[in-house]
Parts: sequence; C-alpha cells; structure tokens
Amino acid sequence: MLVPISWLKEYVDIDVPVELLAERLTVAGLEVAHLKYIGLPQQTVAGVRMPSSDHLVWDREKLLLARIVEVKAHPNADRLVLAMVDYGGEELEQCVTGATNLFSYKDRGPINPPIWSAFAMEGSEVWDGQSDKPKRMTLKGKELRGIFNRSMVCSEKELGISDEHEGVIVMEHEAHYVAGTSLADVLGDVVLDIEFTPNLARCLSMIGVAREVAAVLGVEMRYPSFDFTAKGAPIEGQVYIDIREPELNPRFTLTLLRDTEVKTSPFWLQHRLKLIGQRPRNNIVDVTNYLTFELGQPLHAFDYDKLVERAGGVPTIITRLPHPGEQLETLDDVTRDLGAETILVADTAGALSLGGVIGGGETEISEATRNVLLEAAAWNNISIRKTIREQRAHTEASARFSRGVHPSQAILGCQRGIELMRQLGGGAIADGALDAYPLPPASVTVDVPIERVNRLLGMEVTIDQAADALRRLEFEVAIEGDVIRATAPDHRLDISANPVIGQHDLLEEIARIIGYDQIPETIMADEMPPQRENTAVLIEERIRDILVGAGLYEVINYRFTSRESEALLVPSGAASSLPAAGYVEIANPAASERDVLRHTLMINMLENAVNNARFQSTQQVFEIGKVYLGAGDLLPEEPMRLGILLTGPRIPSWWDGDGSTGEMDFFDMKGVVESLLHSLHISDFALESGTHCSLHPGRSANLLAADERIGSFGEIHPEVAARFKLTDAKVMYGEIAVEPLIRQHQRLHTIEALPITPAVLEDIALVVNESTPASEVEAVIRQAGGRILKDALLFDVYTGDPIPPGKKSLAYSLTYQDERRTLTDKNAAKIRKKIIGAARHRLDAELRSQ
Amino acid sequence: MSDAIVDIREKALSALEQLKDSDSLTDWHSLYLGRRGAVGKLFGTIGALPPEERAAFGQRVNALQKELGAAFEEREALIQSQLLARDLEEGEIDISLPAYPRRRGGLHPSTRTHREFQMIWADMGFQVYQSRDVEEDEFNFTLLNLPPHHPARDMQDTFYTKDPRVLLRTHTSPGQIRAMRELGAGGTKPIRVILPGMCYRQEQVTARSEIQFTQVEGLAIGRNIRMSDLKGTIAEFAKRMYSPNAKVRYRASYFPFTEPSMEVDVECFLCGGKGCRVCKYTGWLEIAGSGMVHPDVLRNGGYDPSVWSGFAFGMGPERITMLKHGIEDIRYFWGNDLRFLQQF
Ligand SMILES: [Zn+2]
Repeated sequence: MLVPISWLKEYVDIDVPVELLAERLTVAGLEVAHLKYIGLPQQTVAGVRMPSSDHLVWDREKLLLARIVEVKAHPNADRLVLAMVDYGGEELEQCVTGATNLFSYKDRGPINPPIWSAFAMEGSEVWDGQSDKPKRMTLKGKELRGIFNRSMVCSEKELGISDEHEGVIVMEHEAHYVAGTSLADVLGDVVLDIEFTPNLARCLSMIGVAREVAAVLGVEMRYPSFDFTAKGAPIEGQVYIDIREPELNPRFTLTLLRDTEVKTSPFWLQHRLKLIGQRPRNNIVDVTNYLTFELGQPLHAFDYDKLVERAGGVPTIITRLPHPGEQLETLDDVTRDLGAETILVADTAGALSLGGVIGGGETEISEATRNVLLEAAAWNNISIRKTIREQRAHTEASARFSRGVHPSQAILGCQRGIELMRQLGGGAIADGALDAYPLPPASVTVDVPIERVNRLLGMEVTIDQAADALRRLEFEVAIEGDVIRATAPDHRLDISANPVIGQHDLLEEIARIIGYDQIPETIMADEMPPQRENTAVLIEERIRDILVGAGLYEVINYRFTSRESEALLVPSGAASSLPAAGYVEIANPAASERDVLRHTLMINMLENAVNNARFQSTQQVFEIGKVYLGAGDLLPEEPMRLGILLTGPRIPSWWDGDGSTGEMDFFDMKGVVESLLHSLHISDFALESGTHCSLHPGRSANLLAADERIGSFGEIHPEVAARFKLTDAKVMYGEIAVEPLIRQHQRLHTIEALPITPAVLEDIALVVNESTPASEVEAVIRQAGGRILKDALLFDVYTGDPIPPGKKSLAYSLTYQDERRTLTDKNAAKIRKKIIGAARHRLDAELRSQ
Repeated sequence: MSDAIVDIREKALSALEQLKDSDSLTDWHSLYLGRRGAVGKLFGTIGALPPEERAAFGQRVNALQKELGAAFEEREALIQSQLLARDLEEGEIDISLPAYPRRRGGLHPSTRTHREFQMIWADMGFQVYQSRDVEEDEFNFTLLNLPPHHPARDMQDTFYTKDPRVLLRTHTSPGQIRAMRELGAGGTKPIRVILPGMCYRQEQVTARSEIQFTQVEGLAIGRNIRMSDLKGTIAEFAKRMYSPNAKVRYRASYFPFTEPSMEVDVECFLCGGKGCRVCKYTGWLEIAGSGMVHPDVLRNGGYDPSVWSGFAFGMGPERITMLKHGIEDIRYFWGNDLRFLQQF
C-alpha cells in the first residue's frame, strides 16, 4: 500500500527523517519496500541503507507556490495564453503557457476565488514535459511566438509528481497559502510503499499506519473528527435495515445526505488519491475511496432516489443470502451468478451489491444523483474470502474485509464519510445514523505475568516498560501486582481471548515496540536432547560421495511426470516392470505433462540425457530421490531410489590420438554398481539376467543383495531409446532401491593383513564353451585355487581361429601367495595343476596351448 | 703379428671418435670389446704363438683392452652429457596443449549447501529429521494454526492431489508436528532437529520462482527456550555460514505457526552492506523466517504450551546458493545441464 508521509502527518507528528521512520517501521513488521520522493531531497541517516533515488529535488528558492492572478490572450497564438503570476516577487511575472486548463480563465479579468499553482523561476530545473523519456531541463529565457518568457507554471509531470501533462497544477485557495512559499513545503512528499503480512489487517489504512508510527515513535495519535453536522429530518423512517445473517454481517450502518451536488473533487482530494494510485471520479465516489484508505473502513454510496423508486416508497436494505439462481450485474459490468454462500446487500426488489466486495450497477452514483445513502458495514472475513474466490472479485473493499475489519469502525466511517460528502458537495445530512449491530464482538482482555514475558523473551523487561509498550498501541492496561491486564483496543481483531495464545499475542506487541534489537543473543541453556545419528542420511551421503568419486555428477529432477511419459518406458507388447502402485495425482498441475508424481527416476534422467547430448557426448550422472507409490492409504509410500545413467565415449578422443577406448557399455555400469557395493562393504550380492522391461533383455542384469532383488541395470531397450531419440550412443541406466543399501551396508568390517611373503604371478588361458558365463569359470578357478589363490583377473576374452567354433578362450592372470611361507615354483605348479584339473572336470575346459 | 694390434687399435680409436649415440656405442663395444670382439679374438690367437712370445703379446693385448675400455668410457660419458644437454635444450613440450581429461564427478549445488547447513546445525545439536513430501492438509496447514480459509493460506499456492485431504507440502513445517509427535514422547522430551526437504508451490516457473524448491526448517523445544536463544542461535549460524563478522538484523514479521515471529536479515556479503544490485541496495539479505513456536502448534505436537516453549526457523538453501555463486536463474537447479553442474 502506498502511504504519503504528508497524509500520515495529519494524524501523527513525525520528527525523524522519513528514511529512519521507514527503517523503524520495517523492523516493527511493516516492511517499507520502497520510498518514492516527490521534490524533497533524500536524507542520509546513519545505519540506514537505501537505494539512491534519481528523482528531481525541487530548488527551494526557485520552485515556489504562486497565485495565478489573471490569464490573458497571447497576441500571436491561439493555443498559448499569458498567465499573470504572483510568486511573491515585487511584480507579477508573465508566463507563456499552453496549459489547456487555464483557457477558461482567458480574458476574464482577475480570477476570483483565487487559484494557485507551482511556479518555476528562470534557472530552475524541472522535467521536460514534452519528452517521452525522463529528461531534465533548466529554464532559460526565450521568445515564444514573439513574447519573451523566462519562467513557467508547471504540470505534475514537470515536477515529477505524476505523468499528468494535459494542464498545469491548479489548486483551490487555502487560507494558509502565501505566494512565494517553497513548493517543497506545500507539495513536497515521500510516498512509502509498505507491504503488509496477513496479521496486519488493522494497518491497511493511513490511520492504521499512523497508529503504528505513533507507537513506534512514542507520540500521540491525532484522530480526525468522526462527527457530522446534521440539518435535515431524521434518517429514521427514510430507510430501514433488515439483517438476516448476523454471523455474516454483524453490523450495518447508514447515513443519508440530501440535495448534494455530484462534481469533480477538489485538488487536495484528487491529489491524495492519485498519490496512492487511485483514480479520482467524483466527489461522492472519491470520499468512499478516501475513507477506505484513511480509516480502513470501506464505504458504499447508493443513489437514494433509485432505491425509493425500486421500493416504490421507503426502501428497506436487506442483507441476506441469495435465492437459488439469483444474479447481479456489478459496477464492473459483469453479470454474476450468485453462489449459495455469497452475502448480499439487497432491497425488496432484489440484489443491490455483493456485500463488502463490489456494488451493483443500477443504484450507483451518477452525475444526476442528488440524494446519497451511505453504507458502512462489517462482514465476516471468511465469507468474503469465499466470495472473492468464487467471483474472482478483487477490490480495495474485499481486500480489507477478507482480512478482517473490526465492526467498531463502521459507524465511524459512515459518519465521517457523509460529513466529507457534505463539505465537498453541499446539501443537508439527515439527522442521526441508522446502526443495526446485532453481533458486537466481545472485548478481549488478557492477563500476562511479567515473569512470563521475561522468560519467553529472554530479557529483563520491567512491568512499566511492558505496560507502556501496550499503551502506545492503545491497549487499556492495568497493572495488578506482577500481572499486566491488557484490554485490546476496538480496532483489533488479532488478539486472542485464549489465555495462552493471548499472552503470545501481547508478547509479540511488547517485543515489537521495545524493539527486537533490544533482545539479547543467548546460547540455549535448556537441556540438550540425546544426540543420535541419522543412519539413513549418513549412508545416502556416503553413496553420493562414492558415485562422485567414480566420476559421476549428481542431478536433481522434478518429482512430477505424467502417466503417458512413464508409459514410454514400456516397449510395445511388453509387461511393465514399473511399480504397480497407484499414482499421486495432482488436482491443479502446473502442466499436463506434470500431473502425477513419479514412480521411477528414469524418465527425467533420460530427458536429462537428451538435453545434455546437445553439448556433451560423455555423460555420467546419478540421482538420489524419492518415488511416490500410492498404496491405497491416504498417503503414499515415498521410498528413496538411486538412478544411474552412463552414455558416450569412455574416454573422449584426445589430441595425442590414443586415448579413446570406445563407448561405455554394460560393463561400465556394472563397474559403477560394484564399486558402490564394495565401498559400502556389501559383499553378499549377485547378478541375474535382467528382466526390467525398459532394459535390453540380453544386456542387462537384476541386482540381488542378500537374495533380495534391489534393482536392475543395463543398456536401455532399443525401443525405449528410439522413443527418446537416444540412438547416437548406447545409454546405460540403472535404478536401485536405497533402503536395502542402508540396511545392508556393513558399518564394521575387518581388513586382511598385508602379507610379507612374495607373490607368484602367472597367466592361464582356458578354452570353454561359449555359453559358459565368465562368473562360473572364475568361481571354479577360485574354488580350486583355495586360500593360496589371491586373485584371478580376466584379461582377455577371445573367439575365432584357432579356437574351435562354439568355444571361447578366457585368459586369467593369477596371483598365488601364501602368508605363511614363501611359495616355490613347485608349489605354484601344484596349484595350477589343480585349477586346470577342476576346470577340465567341471567346465569341460581345455588349457589353451601357448 | 704385432701389426694386427696396431691396426685394431687405430681402427677402433678412430671409429670411436666418430660415434654420436648410445646405439653405435653399443655396437662398437661388442665389435671390439665384446666376448667375440676383435680384442677377444686377439686373446684367442695367443695359444697359436710360440711360447716365448706369448707373455709379451698377452701384455700388449691387455694394454690394448684397457686403453680401448678407458677410451670407450670417456666417449660414452661425453655422448651421455651431449645427449643430456640436447634433451634439456630441445626436449621442450608445449605445455599449453590441453590436459588429458580426468573423470571428475560432482555433487549437485543444492546438496552441497544442504551439507553445509547440516554440518553447522549438527554442531549446535540439531539432528536431521526427514519428513514426507506428500502431506495431509491437516499437517501442512490446520495443525500449524492455518485452519481452512485462514488469510495466510493465500501466501502459498498449493498443489492439491485429487484427494482434497492430501497435498504436496508447501513448506517443511508439517515436519514440526511429525517430529514433535514422534520424538517428543507425549510432550515430555526436548527436541532439537532440522528438517530439510523438497517443497512444492503452484507458481509460474520463472528465473526467480520454481514449482519445487528445498527448505531447511529448524525446531527446538524445551522447558526454557527463549526468544533470545533464537536470536543467538541464528546469529551463530550466520557467522558460520557467511562470515565471522556477519551483522544480523531482526524484523518483526508474521507466520501463523510462530509468535512472536521475525525475519532475519544478514548484512549483504557481496557488497559488505554498502548496497548492490543483489541486495536491492538495502545492504541486507533475507536469510530466515523464524519465531517462537505458536502455543497451538505446541499443543498439536503434544506439548503443554504453558510449560514448554520452542523456536522454529526456515531457510531457503537455493537462494543462499544463488547468492554465493551469482546464479541468476533458479531454473538452473532442476534443469540438470551438465555445463552448470560441472562448475561446482
Ligand atoms: Zn549487497
């Protein structure tokens, strides 16, 4: 909300720089997001940092308040006039101007009643009114169509007040105006842009902000008069009120002004509305807006005669819920279907307005209106919130009522509003106000022991300090021993009657006014809860470190996907291997392709691969994240998964020409998985032929740990690859459940002592059937080699001449070592013989001749 | 006969002088001094001489062998030193050629920041408590003092599921209730936890806002937890996370689940508080929303709010990561462009 400092000063004296005030309000919870300067210089205040402003600072000697005494015709130009200006100098100054709003005074002699404007003397700096972009200019004397001119009367644009450049500023006469006063003292201003949290509903007005300013600065509030001067017949009998839903409409007040004139508002009112971003319309509507922003009490003005016409006599204002199928055309020309819970203002002929939200078109104020019926009411904020949502009707009124306006404010607004209307438009106010108040809220009194304040804040506040803080906020405070008894002022709805919550409410107010900066910084002295490590987090982080160490980058994806996307992972005709669980479906998805939560990490990781393939051929990434499996309960299961993706050249080709070792394949993936398991010291694992539908059936594996299948990995199925256009290079993907890894990792493991005896190395090549898996051959070798065989490393796989068809040669590098003695050639030969014998016997293997 | 010795000597020495590299040295050595070389052959002829000449001849061949051996070593040393000099002079490589690529992986920047957070908070006795992403409306809002139609529900645009009782958590705060109920032993035990995790909001995805983001929430419950403790604890975090001299500002604010509530700002570490584009020339960066746990929330967690008190705070790791690394587009985080990830 925009808050001009000039307007605030009507209710509170502000003797600190506005920059300091902004900082004090900000730390007190009214966040001042921006300061807009009008004519006044920005001040530097120690400890307060602000963006520097590049606004026009008005020269106090050269930009002056001046009276336009007379307007004369320009002898040589129809579109220019000569304004004779009294700026406090010895003689009148003649300004040549094209301001259209002065033309009506042309050649009519001295202007009476006087009008005032902003005068810029030769040499003063103003904005160039003709320029589209902000451009400064300095006034210099020059001839304008034969008349010498050196100064001017200014438009709002030339002064940086607004973009208005149709005419010059014309202000009505005010008793205290003196020609030659610095303009900065009359129109100079700073507009605070304040952001309010939802609890600050009471601050959505100038008076609301002024109360906070008064409390923060410790000065008195100066309220405007809420009385009115009635001259007409009593309002009783001219209109009736019938509240049918007191819960939704706890108060409804009316005042009546007869024989007034609807016209343009005076400069001061238009100026204030424009400063806060509101468009002036006419004096009646402007007053309703003005009170909305001054007091925070929205008003609604009816054309009284139209109500009489509709009623065919004395109107009755009824607040009620709609009839089935009822409609209303509102001020914004929208015909609205009314939901069952929308509270209406109506009369006997039908709906008039959406209560507290927006008025109806039929009874609105027009230029012909003579008699104005002014409504100020209180509405249930939740009911208003429902109406806003249902009708998508966001107005200044609904913004306030939906956050909560205390019913006490209604009568104040109704009385002050009608009096301002009378002052601006004339007429006679009917005596008295109609005030239907079926449901006044109970006043709230809270007791808080000072000991509790001090204990919760962690500082020593005296009972007098605390009481003073609350009094500044207009609480009624009594001190009873060590207890503060505070009664909330009647503009506040946010203080709870619940004793414990009410205490916290007061605590916050005391802390805010004393200043959060006054609370010390302490170290918790309270008992420390037992410190237990979170194993799941530790192992997850360990997995990340292992995979990063293996050269993989971590990705984190959206958890959203769609059924259609995940269906792409199932080749045509294949049975899905994805979890059979239900999906968590989003009712209001950000996009249709993100309307469920994922069952697998695969979709997103394949999409990552597609995106990254544009820039990088080698990709090695992993993700650890949840999948969401609906299980029929209210909430889904959220197990953690590890996804791994590898693709592209194992080592990129390099300038020395001998780097590349081909593209990554199944065995790279297997290496990553095995090193992960080894690093977690999970030794009880095995692979079986892959069965995951999204992976190539011949080039994938299922991973078993302690006989439990915990994941699958391998080359992605060619059909899946084709769907994602991932066909330039083979893509390896694996997905493993994280929870079994956490469960099965070995926290403690023993190491093997380092032998001091020498090792004997030798190579053997075995020719076996092509269908025999390498793992079986290695198992036979290791079993036969026993304790002495320390390692058997497969270093060559060969088929083709001279190996007979249907056979393959597997060459192993064997390491023999005995910790207890030094092996002789004879010992080694014995083991070798045993291995070859076992291989021949169990695998039908032949030793390949050298 | 003696002419043969002289011949060999002259031939050998003159050949030696021509030699320029170690290969030809080796050849020369086997030609003259090897087992079957010229000198060796001379020794082989001794047996064929008359006995009286044998001793003198033998001495001369021995002398020749020594002389040639010495000359060889001298020549070898010379060639070695020449080769070394040449290598030092001419064996220069172009060190500007690109390095061989090493496989280097990396953690996601979000993980890096979360680890930093977790380490700092662990030092202050806050343990990690993980809570669920898909939540009940009741835990995400109602039990946190945000009943249906509460104005503060407008502050968060929520992803609801097809079951209106279930939503994607909009903040990590529902974990407060779960942690209190799980760890509080019926409101009898103190708690100190942090709750990291992914949160979701139905927003337009732009450079500044995302539909998913991580949060770290902190919660301390005890019989004597004070607002001054909240200030002291967050100030300590700011000193560890930003700078030992970090200045901190506390502003009154509003969160339905805390009261009193406050926003915590830290002096902008990019400009030292002088004002820059990132801190919007205010000199301050917002780092945490916090406050004393609201009595209703304590009660909903199983604690008696007239006996127990607590504080809570919430922080946004992405924002801190963005500030620290000058990341201007939040969409980088879940975009997973390797060119981004490889910069950490
Ligand atoms: Zn900065």
